Amino acid sequence: MSEPVLRVEELRTHFFTKAGVVKAVDDVSFIVNRGEVMGLVGESGSGKSMTGYSLMGLIDPPGRIVGGRILLDGIDVIKLSGEEMRQMRGNRVAMIFQDPMMTLNPVLRIDTQMIEAIVAHRKVSAGDAHAMAAAALSKVGIPSPEERLSAYPHQFSGGMRQRVAIAIALLNKPDLIIADEPTTALDVTIQGQILYEMQKLTRETGAAVIWITHDLSVVAGLADQVSVMYAGRIVEQGTAEQVLGRPRHPYTRGLLDSVPANNARGARLKQIPGMTPSLLDLPPGCPFRERCSYAQSDCARTPLMRPLTAGQSVRCHHPLA
Amino acid sequence: MLVYIIRRGLQSVVVLFLMSVLVFVGVYAIGNPIDILINPQADQQDRERAIAALGLDKPLPEQYWTFFTGALHGDFGKSFVHATPAISLILERMPATLELAFAAMLIAVVFGIPLGLWAGLRPNGIAGRTIMAGSILGFSLPTFWVGLMLIMVFSVVLGWLPSNGRGPTVDLFGLIPVSFFSVDGWRHLMLPATNLALFNVALLIRLTRAGAHEALLQDYVKFARAKGLTNRRIIGVHVLRNILIPIVTVVGLQFGALIAFAIVTESVFAWPGMGKLLIDSINVLDRPVIVAYLLIIVTMFIVINLVVDVLYSALDPRVRLTESKG
Ligand SMILES: Nc1ncnc2c1ncn2[C@@H]1O[C@H](COP(=O)(O)OP(=O)(O)O)[C@@H](O)[C@H]1O
Ligand SMILES: [Mg+2]
Repeated sequence: MSEPVLRVEELRTHFFTKAGVVKAVDDVSFIVNRGEVMGLVGESGSGKSMTGYSLMGLIDPPGRIVGGRILLDGIDVIKLSGEEMRQMRGNRVAMIFQDPMMTLNPVLRIDTQMIEAIVAHRKVSAGDAHAMAAAALSKVGIPSPEERLSAYPHQFSGGMRQRVAIAIALLNKPDLIIADEPTTALDVTIQGQILYEMQKLTRETGAAVIWITHDLSVVAGLADQVSVMYAGRIVEQGTAEQVLGRPRHPYTRGLLDSVPANNARGARLKQIPGMTPSLLDLPPGCPFRERCSYAQSDCARTPLMRPLTAGQSVRCHHPLA
Repeated sequence: MLVYIIRRGLQSVVVLFLMSVLVFVGVYAIGNPIDILINPQADQQDRERAIAALGLDKPLPEQYWTFFTGALHGDFGKSFVHATPAISLILERMPATLELAFAAMLIAVVFGIPLGLWAGLRPNGIAGRTIMAGSILGFSLPTFWVGLMLIMVFSVVLGWLPSNGRGPTVDLFGLIPVSFFSVDGWRHLMLPATNLALFNVALLIRLTRAGAHEALLQDYVKFARAKGLTNRRIIGVHVLRNILIPIVTVVGLQFGALIAFAIVTESVFAWPGMGKLLIDSINVLDRPVIVAYLLIIVTMFIVINLVVDVLYSALDPRVRLTESKG
């Protein structure tokens, strides 16, 4: 396989708050292959969004990337200047956010918001940019795009707004799209449509995707690779079949057991007991041990990521069979 | 839209009517203008003749009725003191006040919005903190005191600017006397306009800063950054377009307030505007002028409100003017 689009190595993003250091992303490494979908899964607060923002250079104070490398096509984007970073954003890497009701500017027309995304990265005439915007809208399945271009966001439904956001993300044919829970805020029926649309479009354009979600069932049909995140760290990694078919980390197991579709009818849904720990001044050791039924005394030592079988690795002293 | 404007118009008429009744009764209750207007040595006959001439011999409801029917024809009565129509007395002074208010609002906008934006973008910087601290002064220092200080510093000590009056005027469109075409006019305008602007500079700083601060936290700003837009475009278009909505509202409403509160500044700087006329008229209980002045001010407020609403709906695509909105 050719060189991956993205190689993240030991990324650390910490927030230096008055109360202490929040290690939102702590030693995260993964690879995204060209044209593949990498599912980044975990409960809310586990650091998925901050991982995405780190890749985009969108971490705001008091947060800061304190270590690691983000190699996009072999070049470390952490070392880029502000202007180089801007040129990368929305051009080579695009991002879609969770709540489509909030991501479009309410007082600007759709055409304004699409055309500015094009001209931020290349010199095109106003007419060409307009035509590109219309083409992008029709590609994501928005009917009569010419008319819709002059509409305002509030004239679109949530699902349609997310389609607009996807169209904007695809405008400059990025190599990588970071989709941060793009279907979480939508109705179930719409979720399916958006999922299908994203899958189709990224396959057509060959863009790789980091699909962030807390919902394992979404990842099942979509992802090639899966990384499971917990308390700012990746705890399990592998192909979708490996991780979903034979999870080795108790946390992944717990997540899978709490997905309704995976349970026999009538059987009670299992919940992982307890809550995600606060990332503020997290004590050493496995952060999951408080909630883990397999925990033993040696879990007070911080586990390292270790490979188990080809392609699957886990951060656990006592991986499941 | 049309229904909306008609509805607002009808509401305004009711407001104006109630206003006029209140002022009428109010001035009547304060005292008798005759005691002030007539030479104390005048004999009883002179007195009664004067009272009859001003229509003050009639019972109050009848006086009001006379005023009311006149007002319907655009006649607001004659000034007790100057014996000229109250309305023309006021209109004569209006350009001076409007000029002062416009200049003050211009200063407020030109300084308030950029400073507020700066403070909003760098809330923890030294400049940002200084701006915010300064804006507290702008709020809390009384206008007349600041006016006196401005005169002290710039007129008395430094001698740079004149302390009172208005510069030479020319007639704009052959109709409206304005003073901002000459250097001397500007020199006269500078201090009173600054004085009047101060509160609004502070207000706009606070408003812009709060708006910018809030807008920057919104997802649409994050998305705009994710698109790779320049900071210039994000601040200048995405943020500014959103915070312009409350700013336009406040600028509009404050413009009415500026005209009304020009009274203090006009008194301090002897600026020959409507406010000074009002003070003089209250001193001598010149009821027709007081009533006409207040009616004009209220009318202005109403018109400004309407303009603000229309602008608001133009700026915010989510707002549509409907009848149900009061
Ligand atoms: N500005 C901030 N200051 C302090 N902590 C923050 C800040 N932003 C995010 N965090 C912390 O980062 C952690 C990860 O957040 P996030 O990446 O949004 O989680 P997820 O997307 O997985 O739900 C959270 O625990 C949160 O407390
Ligand atoms: Mg998130």
